[in-house]
Amino acid sequence: MTAVLPARPLRPAVPAARPTSPTGRLIDQFEYGLDAPICLTWELTYACNLACVHCLSSSGRRDPRELSTAEAERVLDELQRMQVFYVNVGGGEPTVRPDFWHLLDYAIGHDVGVKFSTNGVKLDRARAEQLAATDYVDVQISLDGATAEVNDRVRGAGSFATAVRALENLAEAGMRDFKVSVVVTRENAGQLDEFRALTDRYGAQLRITRLRPSGRGADVWDSLHPTQDQQRELYSWLLAHGDRVLTGDSFFHLSAYGQALPGLNLCGAGRVVCLIDPVGDVYACPFAIHEQFLAGNVRSPGGFQRVWRSSELFAELRSPQTGGACTRCAHFDACRGGCMAAKFFTGLPLDGPDPECVQGYGEAALAARAASTVPPRSSLDHSHTGPVRGQPTLLGMPSIPKAPAKTCDESPLAGLDLR
Amino acid sequence: MPDPAPFDPSLPWRRARSVALRPEPFGALVYHFGNRKLSFLKSPTLVSVVETLADHPSAEATLVACGVPEAQHPAYVKALADLARSQMIELRESPA
Repeated sequence: MTAVLPARPLRPAVPAARPTSPTGRLIDQFEYGLDAPICLTWELTYACNLACVHCLSSSGRRDPRELSTAEAERVLDELQRMQVFYVNVGGGEPTVRPDFWHLLDYAIGHDVGVKFSTNGVKLDRARAEQLAATDYVDVQISLDGATAEVNDRVRGAGSFATAVRALENLAEAGMRDFKVSVVVTRENAGQLDEFRALTDRYGAQLRITRLRPSGRGADVWDSLHPTQDQQRELYSWLLAHGDRVLTGDSFFHLSAYGQALPGLNLCGAGRVVCLIDPVGDVYACPFAIHEQFLAGNVRSPGGFQRVWRSSELFAELRSPQTGGACTRCAHFDACRGGCMAAKFFTGLPLDGPDPECVQGYGEAALAARAASTVPPRSSLDHSHTGPVRGQPTLLGMPSIPKAPAKTCDESPLAGLDLR
Repeated sequence: MPDPAPFDPSLPWRRARSVALRPEPFGALVYHFGNRKLSFLKSPTLVSVVETLADHPSAEATLVACGVPEAQHPAYVKALADLARSQMIELRESPA
C-alpha cells in the first residue's frame, strides 16, 4: 500500500532556545521537553485475550521479539535512575505476561510506581487482595460502555461481565482509588452520568479519554468518534464535573470552545510523554505507533535515556509550532492545534487542524483531502488472525472469509456472477 | 481532611521526607511518593530554597541565604505556602 504521508511541519534543525523567565507558564517550558518523561506508557505485550474494535495498538498476538524479563528489569533500573516516578503499563493485556506480577514488584521495589490498564481478566479475588495490600500501584479497568450492551459491541461479548467482576473483587478487597477507564465514543457519550454512578458504586474513580484513529481505531473512527454535538456536551460535562474525573488531559482540543479544561493543554508527544512498545521501540506517544514517530529502541546502546535525550525526532517535536494554518487561528493558544496522532492517521497535515477541531476546521480539512489520500497506517498489526471468543459485534457478526475464486476451484461456476 | 495551619515563614521547614526532586532545565519536578502528587519548581533559585530549608532556622532565613531579593520574598513565600499545602515541604521540630 502506498500511503501519502503528510509532511511534518518544517522546523529548525537546532533546538529552539528555551525561555528562562522563572515566572513563565509551565506549558511554555513543557513545549521544550523535559530531561525525563513525566508520563511514560509502557506496553508490555501485544498479546490480548480480547479483540476490541478500536485497539490503539492493534493488539492480539504476542510478538516473539518482546522484551525478556531481564531486559524489562534493565528498563526499570534506568527509569529509576532517570527518576521517572511512575509508568502507565498497558498492552495488549499486560497481565497475561507470565512475569507481569514479578515486574510489578520489581518496579515498586525500584521507586517506579505502576498504574496498569487491564480488561480485568486476571483480577480474581486473590490478585485483588494482593493489589490492595501493595502501595504505589494503581489499577485501571477498561470499560467502554456503562451497560453490557454498549460495551460488548466494542470490546466483545462477556467483556463487561469480566470487568465488573474485577471491579467487585477490587472493592471487596478494600482497594482504594482504582480507576474505570472509558474511551468516549459516539455510542457511550450519552452515558457519562451512568459511568459516574457505576464507578461510585465500587468506590472507584472515573477516567475518560479520547478515541484516536490509531491502530484498529482507524477502521472504526468514522463511525465511533463523537459528533460535534456530543463534543459540545462533553465539554460542558467536563467543565461541570472535571474536578472529579480524570482525563489524561486528552480532551485539550475541546478548550477551543472557550474555557481551558483542567490539566496540560498541549500535545505532550516526545515532550513530556512517550511510549515504549513491547519490543522496546520508543514512540513519541502511545497513539503514534508508526515509523514516522519511532525515536529509537531501548535495546540500543545508551538505552532509553539516550533515545529520550538525543533522538532527532524528539528534538524536532520539542520546538514550538510557528507555522501552519492553525497558528493563524484565534483559538490556537487554547488548543495548540490538537492531537498529532489524530491528524496523522486521518491523513491531515500535522500543522493544520485536528480532525475533531471544535471550530469546524477539521471537518473542512477532511472534506478537502484529495480523493487519492490514503491515510498512513502502521506496518505493525498484531491483531488475532482467527476468530476470538466473544468477538465484538460492532462490525457485524464474524463470518468465515471466502477464499478468492480461482480458475482451479472445484466448481465450474466459481467466480461467475449468476444474477 | 482539615486544612493545615497557614504557612508560617518564621518557622523551620524542610523538604518532606517522602518527596523527591528531579532536576529539570527550568527548575525541578517535585514528586511525593506518599500521596503521588506531582508539582513543579519553576526556577533554579526556588529549587535551592527548597533543598536548603532544613539548613536554616526559618523559611525567611533560607530566602535571605539563597539571595532572593527582598522584593521577591512575597512571591517565594506564596510558592512555599503552596508546597506546604500539598505536603511537599513540612515543618521540622528543631531549628537547624
